[in-house]
Amino acid sequence: MMQLTPSQLALKANEIRQDLIKMLEQAGSGHSAGPLGLADIFTALYFNILKHDPKNPDWDERDILILSNGHCTPIRYVTMAHAGYLPKEELSTLRQYGSRLQGHPERTRLSGLETTSGPLGSGLSQAAGMTYALTMDQQRHRWVYCIVSDGEHDEGNFWEGVMFAAKYNLSNLIVIVDRNNIQIDGPTEEIMPLEDLHAKWEAFGWHVQEIDGHNIDSIIDACSMARAIENRPSVIIAHTIPGKGVNFMEYNYLWHGTPPGKQDIPGAPPKSIQAKEALNALRTLGGKIRSEHE
Amino acid sequence: MNNPHEMKLIANIGTDDVKQEPIRAGFGRGLLEAGKKDTRVVALCADLTQSTQISKFAEAFPERFVEIGVAEQNLVTVASGMAAMGKIPFTSSYAAFSPGRNWEQIRTTIALNDRPVKIIGSHAGISVGPDGATHQMLEDIALMRALPNMIVLAPGDSTEAAKATLAIAQIDKPVYMRLAREKTPIFTTNDTPFEVGKAYTMWGGNDITLIGTGTMTYQCLLAAKQLQGQGISAEVVHVPTIKPLDVQTILASVQKTRNVVTAEEAQINGGLGGAIAELLSEQLPSKMKRIGMRDQFGESGTPNELLEAFGLTGRHISEAARQLVQ
Repeated sequence: MMQLTPSQLALKANEIRQDLIKMLEQAGSGHSAGPLGLADIFTALYFNILKHDPKNPDWDERDILILSNGHCTPIRYVTMAHAGYLPKEELSTLRQYGSRLQGHPERTRLSGLETTSGPLGSGLSQAAGMTYALTMDQQRHRWVYCIVSDGEHDEGNFWEGVMFAAKYNLSNLIVIVDRNNIQIDGPTEEIMPLEDLHAKWEAFGWHVQEIDGHNIDSIIDACSMARAIENRPSVIIAHTIPGKGVNFMEYNYLWHGTPPGKQDIPGAPPKSIQAKEALNALRTLGGKIRSEHE
Repeated sequence: MNNPHEMKLIANIGTDDVKQEPIRAGFGRGLLEAGKKDTRVVALCADLTQSTQISKFAEAFPERFVEIGVAEQNLVTVASGMAAMGKIPFTSSYAAFSPGRNWEQIRTTIALNDRPVKIIGSHAGISVGPDGATHQMLEDIALMRALPNMIVLAPGDSTEAAKATLAIAQIDKPVYMRLAREKTPIFTTNDTPFEVGKAYTMWGGNDITLIGTGTMTYQCLLAAKQLQGQGISAEVVHVPTIKPLDVQTILASVQKTRNVVTAEEAQINGGLGGAIAELLSEQLPSKMKRIGMRDQFGESGTPNELLEAFGLTGRHISEAARQLVQ
């Protein structure tokens, strides 16, 4: 596996973003905001953090990466293509009939995906089950990373997994929360408030770190720290900007930097309409692709 | 030859001295055996270790037993993760909760994801008794039969359940197996054949085919004996594997009789009755009645009271058969 330096990684993340947008435009549907926000994290994982072999996806010494919020799979497909799991030309088949690149990821279609996901709230439990099995087998040199969305914290299954991993001290499990503050119907703090998220995770017995999810150094350092923690699982709350890297999308997101539900932006339309318009712009690449949930 | 020799059933079917045991006890023994044979076998339970009989395995192999707590969605998703790492996970709970509560997790992370998790649903059927409708799982066959990749079993007695447990441990596919709470007659023996995917003709006849699954196969055998006294020659086909159906065995019998009664402790809509009706309406339309729950929930009562009240006894099966044949 090729391991890039932080400055190379930042460039790689931008290349990946460009290919992601091309892919989504060609597909004409799919999620855009979440995948763009995860570009730096996926780049850091595949090109620095994970032990893996694109030519041997089932390598029995590999680290495992679970994407629980399966709708963000476009960023995984593009990153995997850049890493050598599939030809870049294949990216244009996203969501097409017969493609290995299903709208939501299916393990049995494409090697390297590790599981099938889409319905939210179940990835962490699977990752925990994998970590449990690895621990049973004394495979403590292997790590299970699990990316989850903030919205899926609404699911009951999610917290069942959180409790399970803490009970069994699954220190080889590292969860990365894509904290981008949005879900389908609006800002997370309006739809189903999650804060104080840090305190909640801590109360459940996890080691908690909070980072800027676009700072490559922070992502790498936080994962190193998480691997050094013993006797409990680790969560990294990565603050991300949905649509990151596409200036009109970032700036269209009126709630960026403004804690939702705390204040109105002067002169702006009512909060809920404003938020919905912003979300829609993010999801549709400014109207270029069909919204996933219209 | 009413009781086919090669089936090696007990000789005293229908007498009061037939030994009885809950089907779930056979699962407990079978899992212990499966655990001895294969170290990849692991067991997960959602706070019902004793009553689902997974306790035998847990005591023998504590390092391979995982207590999940009252969290059935976590139960099956953790199991899916363990299967991904090469384990052969058996999960147990009451069927009302697993697959009752966690069907989507089973669908996505086990069936579509094609992970060889064995989902054991105990306390299925109306004979759960006093616990009432919330705990009497009647829709599990319909729920699980609808899932691609999923194998669905309902063993007829505890001896068969033990064999089925050993067999599914070695099948690299998702499996659902339904078990019952109450003691029921043990009518098969250690020598009775069992294979996943096979149906068995356990009583020979020419006028009507009685098709049973789970606890109701014994009731079909009782019905066949009753019908014999009334001059009706009934054949009994035991279907411990509801999916995939043993089409060949079922059609061979119905070809001969062209009259069918199905019997199950479950909703006939989508259950065994539904499965047989689907098969026969496409391939061999025949006169048919379905014994089971008719789009209704159960209630509290003793198992025998309830089986009587909801028409799930050998007498009800023989009555339905008589109506069809006459």
